[in-house]
Amino acid sequence: MSKSAFSAIGEEAELGRDDFTPGIEPQATWCPGCGDFGVLKALKQAMPEVGLTPDEVLLVTGIGCSGKLNSYFDSYGYHSIHGRSLPIARAAKLANPGLSVIAAGGDGDGYGIGGNHFVHTARENHDMTYIVFNNEIFGLTKGQTSPTSPKGHKSKTQPQGSAKDPVRPLSLALTSGASYIARTAAVNPRQAGEILTEAIEHDGFAHIDFLTQCPTWNKDAKQYVPYIDVQDSDDYDFDIHDRREAAEMMHETENVLHDGTVLTGRFYVEEDRHSYGQEKVSQGQMPDDPLAERYFDADYEWERSADELVAKHR
Amino acid sequence: MTNTELIWRLAGGSGDGMDSTGQAFEKALMRMGLHVFCHRHYPSRIRGGHTYFEVRAGPEEVKSRGDGYNFLLALGDSFARNPRENQPAYYGEEELKPLSENLDDLREGGVIVYDEGMLDDDDLAELELEERAEEEGWHVYPLNLREIAREHGREIMRNTAGVGATAALLGMDTEPVEQLMSDRMSDDILESNLTVLETAYEQVAEMDFTHDLGIPEPSEAGGDKGEGEDKDQVLMGGSHAVAYGALDAGCRFISGYPMTPWTDVFTIMSQNLPEFGGVAEQVEDEIAAASLAIGASHTGVKAMSGSSGGGFALMSEPLGLAEMTETPIVLIEAMRAGPSTGMPTKPEQGDLEHVLYTSQGDSNRVVFAPSTVEECYEQTRDAFHIAYEYQIPTIVVVDQKLTGEITNIRESLFDREPDADPGSVLSEEEIAEAAHHESGIFNRFQHDPEGEMGERGVSPRSVPGQKGGRFLATGNEHTPQGHIEEDPANRVFQMDRRMRKLEAIREELDEAEPAHQTAYGPEDAEYGIMTWGSQQGTVEEAVDRLNANGHSVKAFGVSDLMPYPKKEVTDFLESVEECLVVEMNASAQFRGLTQKELGRFGERLSSLLKYNGNPFEPAEITEGFEIQMNGGEGAPSTGTRIEPAVGD
Repeated sequence: MSKSAFSAIGEEAELGRDDFTPGIEPQATWCPGCGDFGVLKALKQAMPEVGLTPDEVLLVTGIGCSGKLNSYFDSYGYHSIHGRSLPIARAAKLANPGLSVIAAGGDGDGYGIGGNHFVHTARENHDMTYIVFNNEIFGLTKGQTSPTSPKGHKSKTQPQGSAKDPVRPLSLALTSGASYIARTAAVNPRQAGEILTEAIEHDGFAHIDFLTQCPTWNKDAKQYVPYIDVQDSDDYDFDIHDRREAAEMMHETENVLHDGTVLTGRFYVEEDRHSYGQEKVSQGQMPDDPLAERYFDADYEWERSADELVAKHR
Repeated sequence: MTNTELIWRLAGGSGDGMDSTGQAFEKALMRMGLHVFCHRHYPSRIRGGHTYFEVRAGPEEVKSRGDGYNFLLALGDSFARNPRENQPAYYGEEELKPLSENLDDLREGGVIVYDEGMLDDDDLAELELEERAEEEGWHVYPLNLREIAREHGREIMRNTAGVGATAALLGMDTEPVEQLMSDRMSDDILESNLTVLETAYEQVAEMDFTHDLGIPEPSEAGGDKGEGEDKDQVLMGGSHAVAYGALDAGCRFISGYPMTPWTDVFTIMSQNLPEFGGVAEQVEDEIAAASLAIGASHTGVKAMSGSSGGGFALMSEPLGLAEMTETPIVLIEAMRAGPSTGMPTKPEQGDLEHVLYTSQGDSNRVVFAPSTVEECYEQTRDAFHIAYEYQIPTIVVVDQKLTGEITNIRESLFDREPDADPGSVLSEEEIAEAAHHESGIFNRFQHDPEGEMGERGVSPRSVPGQKGGRFLATGNEHTPQGHIEEDPANRVFQMDRRMRKLEAIREELDEAEPAHQTAYGPEDAEYGIMTWGSQQGTVEEAVDRLNANGHSVKAFGVSDLMPYPKKEVTDFLESVEECLVVEMNASAQFRGLTQKELGRFGERLSSLLKYNGNPFEPAEITEGFEIQMNGGEGAPSTGTRIEPAVGD
């Protein structure tokens, strides 16, 4: 093939986190004390760590407070519709596997309206990172009960309190087939930055349930403190490569969150599984070279139905 | 009975190989030099149930299924039969259906072959076959096809026995049939089938025939088949033509979810894309399907998706996103009878308004409704060209009639250069020269008012991974860099720019070659018949008959539904006194669109509607026209309805 039409991909550059602050909206407009600032900061922190430049990253978001992420993060961005960041993101990765693809959305976006896509993107194990801003509430629409709100949660739309058990995000990701599953919190920026770095480097579907406090409609930051990193604590001993042990740990983590015990860290990592793109290539269902390059390759000889297919209709 | 037209109906149960036998027979007729056309009738059921495959063949171009038919091969329904000998059928009288359900449409003097191995005397007595045959002048040939198949091969080969019997009764050479069998089968299976074919042929050839229906003579210079490169014909239906059009337009990504009748296009693409170095994705639902096409296209790949009515409804929101983010995609909408699940295997044109207007806000899309198999190929290619040049979603609307309508078309149609051009995308070199915001963000959504692209409302496009091209795409109203903005002036600027693309597209389509709209019949005719999409061929056949009977009629078939071909339709309607609008839906949607777009002619447009699950037959259109000419006096046949003009 001739030279790549996408020279930003794989380009070496010494960048700092400020290089990912856009000149148009440098200051995010989330409420003061919002956990979403923590996601933005962690993402900017991870970028120089993984050696990416703004033009080789595609950040796809859904709708909600979290959807504003790509207004404040300088890269190629696609602010899509409610719940649909994952199908857009995964097709982009198939179209050009050289891109670094990150999807992000809220708990309503990812575990509610987009739940079907979450299950299927995880099972297919697309090589991408999915950040779910989990604030246990609908923030942008002013404080309604969300899929992760605890049982009994009262809001204007659930005046008697929710009769539903919340979604179990970590367990759902595991059952569905995600190959990297972690939970972090905006109140723990050091861990958040590290986990995001690992997730982006992970070759498969990395799901991060990111606890983002919503001081306006739900909890403030204090309610996620103290947090416990399960890798640092002597109280929790499980093998993150063991599906059964991970499942038990996740279940407990989800149980105790609403009792005030905030467990964070890596919960499951499966390193030797093929990503979906690798699987498709190895089965001859996807070309070795990025599909997107072909449209810029003036020498490419396009296949024709007349040569390959029409004869069988004679 | 003349030998200029054979309409052969193969009837049996779903799952008994009706479709493959029918297609093979149709292809054999094509190879003999005849023009062919098929109509498929099947229930939404996995096994069993009444189904037929009808082939119309003649020396000249065949444009529709015709009226009724003249040769029935009734094979019985293996599923309806109880596998235990002498036990009653599971589903009542279904075993009789291949005969009983088809008698009403059989023309006077028609030929019936039925498998007496499947039916007993009581069955036939109940049908009063003998009495009816005498009344209608039918020629009935009972044959034990089941026994021939069992004796010389396997029972499943009774289809082959039926084809052998057909050939003998029509005086048809079996060589093309045998040739097709050897293409598809081998070894023992081939041997047995050939023996079954031959045995049935010989057994029938010895009988005394009472009918004079025979195989039509191919015309020496018939239709457009006789001369030059166009003498090479291929047998193809609308689904293949759509898929090949997409492949030849450089489409290398499809995402979809199965739904009848869209599944055919999805299947053909999925089977061929890996060979063409592309990617096919079967996904969790149609929302995902449309969203994946958007993701792939945003990233620089020519991509498509599609569905049928209900699945297309799920695509509404991503469709609007593609409009707002100016992401080119091509969607196929293969209509079937609605509302809701409707009649899954039956054709209808009831989704017109759905396709035009679904999704919030003002529609900003292009919609084509090809009318023939050739147009399916041409207009799918055009759909990709328009989508990628103008950065707009384009929808190709077909229906179950067109997707399943297998006919002969010229092979030379496909012999041309592929059009893989990604349209108005810049290279990195061009991006470096193009306008950027002072922050370094690319002005993706700002056209150059001086430039040619700008006049058409088209702004420069970059693709993720290109250096210096980064921007934000968003479903919110946005600035030239894609950042969310609700400033009134910016809003109006962006809306106007996006809407302006439709005017430019209309101008380009007016010059399209071949033309998307089809005029037919004498230019100076007094009256008009207008239709859209798949009914065009049937309307043309009706126009020929009407003119032969002393009427003065011409037809106009519309493919471009958005942007609407105002000038062409106005010219047509101004040239006629009155016009009958023919469409397969209950609320005259295309007539409504025409009146809305033109704001006049309300007094001149009456409607002929059909929505019983079957496409129009030419005689229904001539009848509707005559009633209309007669000032609306008289009732149309069951199954059609006349809706008088409503005024402006």
